[in-house]
Amino acid sequence: MKNLNLYNYILTIADNSLILAQRLGELCGHGPNLETDIALTNISLDLLGQTRSYYQYAAKISGEDKTEDDIAFLRIEREYKNCLLVEQPNTHFGHVIGRQFLFDSYHLMLMEKLQDSPDETLAAIAKKGIKEVSYHKRFSSDWVKRLGDGTEESNAKMQEAIDDLWHYTDELFFMTEAEKVLAEDGIGVDISTFKKKYYEEVSEILKEATLSVPENKYFAKGGKEGVHTEYMGYIMADLQYMQRTYPNMTW
Amino acid sequence: MSEKDVKNLEEIFEARIARDEKIEPKDWMPEKYRQTHIRQISQHAHSEIIGMLPEGNWITRAPSLRRKAALLAKVQDEAGHGLYLYSACETLGISRDELYEQLHSGKAKYSSIFNYPTITWADMGAIGWLVDGAAIINQVPLCNTSFGPYARAMVRVCKEESFHQRQGYEIMLTLCRGTEEQKAMAQDALNRWWWPSLMMFGPTDAESVHTEQSMKWKLKRKSNDELRQQFIDQTVPQADLLGITIPDPDLKWNEEKGQYDFGEIDWDEFWQVVKGHGPCNKERMNARVNAWNNGEWVRDAAMAYAEKNEKRKVAKAS
Amino acid sequence: MTEKRNWPLWEIFVRSKNGLEHRHFGSLHAADAEMALENARDVYTRRNEGVSIWVVESKHITASNPVNNGEMFEPAKDKVYRHPTFYDLPDEVKHM
Repeated sequence: MKNLNLYNYILTIADNSLILAQRLGELCGHGPNLETDIALTNISLDLLGQTRSYYQYAAKISGEDKTEDDIAFLRIEREYKNCLLVEQPNTHFGHVIGRQFLFDSYHLMLMEKLQDSPDETLAAIAKKGIKEVSYHKRFSSDWVKRLGDGTEESNAKMQEAIDDLWHYTDELFFMTEAEKVLAEDGIGVDISTFKKKYYEEVSEILKEATLSVPENKYFAKGGKEGVHTEYMGYIMADLQYMQRTYPNMTW
Repeated sequence: MSEKDVKNLEEIFEARIARDEKIEPKDWMPEKYRQTHIRQISQHAHSEIIGMLPEGNWITRAPSLRRKAALLAKVQDEAGHGLYLYSACETLGISRDELYEQLHSGKAKYSSIFNYPTITWADMGAIGWLVDGAAIINQVPLCNTSFGPYARAMVRVCKEESFHQRQGYEIMLTLCRGTEEQKAMAQDALNRWWWPSLMMFGPTDAESVHTEQSMKWKLKRKSNDELRQQFIDQTVPQADLLGITIPDPDLKWNEEKGQYDFGEIDWDEFWQVVKGHGPCNKERMNARVNAWNNGEWVRDAAMAYAEKNEKRKVAKAS
Repeated sequence: MTEKRNWPLWEIFVRSKNGLEHRHFGSLHAADAEMALENARDVYTRRNEGVSIWVVESKHITASNPVNNGEMFEPAKDKVYRHPTFYDLPDEVKHM
């Protein structure tokens, strides 16, 4: 593939949206009340929309006869480049909100940089995405504050979720080969440039939510290079079930 | 108020409805009108949110991104419709929490169709095509029902629901134009959903208890049997177009009546499911009760936070 | 611990586009005003139905009582002189 690095770069971003949308999709109909259910589904739909735009672009530049669905459904687990954070399960609502918040904060900073990419398609997807992701971030930060500064029980649950998920935040800033090459070319984003800002911003909101900021020394990584947590296999089983059971059909 | 006064008010009330005037929440209304509406609107709302579950079952497994987005949007719409309907019901002086309580305790009913399992992707097609098709026939007349908030909620529901049935039929169409395996999947779904869809219109007119009163209050415009016939007459040609067969050997066009004759519905099955012994009654109820119970700490937290914030604002201002 | 309170009900008003008034769209539950706005956005404008939202907690609305409709509204019925059709003018008078 001529544009292998660009192709891989797109997937690095897009797979996050796909897997997070999938996780949120599991929740539809099971939220704490109707209003929240509807809100989370909106986020899932935004992410799915972004996923499709990225995959359509990736399919086009692959130079092969690929579709968005081939990319979404027909890779092996090791080829998915999403970070570990987004594949973490909906253990309880605190985890749903914590995962969303830790990802949205990163996602928005990424989109804000990506909109200046000389690659017009990526820039256009990012520009549209910023509006969506800004709202996601507002929604998830508001909820972190509500749960953190709500009741004693909700504070404990929110703290538990943040402690569990913090372990996966460092990987957001791990740069794959493709990301390094594209950042050097000026097409991709050098994500290391906003790592400090990310932790500052996130910590501030956690403090506002009367939560303590974890002080991890060790972090997990691997997702962006295709080495996922054990959860991923089950996500794949759901995601790919139809395409694997009934190959080469139109739906 | 004396009995005579009440009777007088009732006469005025019935005359207003007969003149096609709308009844609004603060208007005087007979207690029976209020209770009947609470029952019907909440039953309708419960059906929407229980109805999210069988389709929600396939969101993570939808076979393409396009289908996944459409299904997700559809199930979300059902949450919205539940919400509109609960709100309409709340204008009658009952809270959503109380209505949930009635659902969770088994006191309130919901549409039995959602107690059937969704076991293949084709079920997403069949539900959209048949179940939403039947629902639309039931719902369109309600846009003109006598109780204002219900009528307004239904206008919104019907407007939004117009894509649901098309979404389902398109799934069926794609399957029927696909491989033999896909076509068999579509046929199997039709086989399983056809009869339960017919049961959605309720018992036969001879057995139906509420009809007369409901007609007067415009909760109903046509009888169960008339609506069922309308559904069959409009659906059979759609099945023909798909090239799949409706699982009823007695189904045939009656030239004289200008409608289809059809076979006997298995009313034992109908009552079995209504009475709580269908394939998924327990699972559906458990899913709702769990969502509600697991969400309690979340709802409480939001309330506690709002109260703290309110106090902080007051403290700042003084 | 104070008595358990559920999320209150809010009335939602949406302006469909600039130039139009806010119209009552329906209601929903939310713990506070910010959440009511967010929920309204997700519930009532997900098909691009609005450019502006107002939310007001239902309990803050004071409504007229239909029992008093006679004295409230009927006296306005016979004030025909408030309407242009009350006045007779010859056909030759244009633009009035």
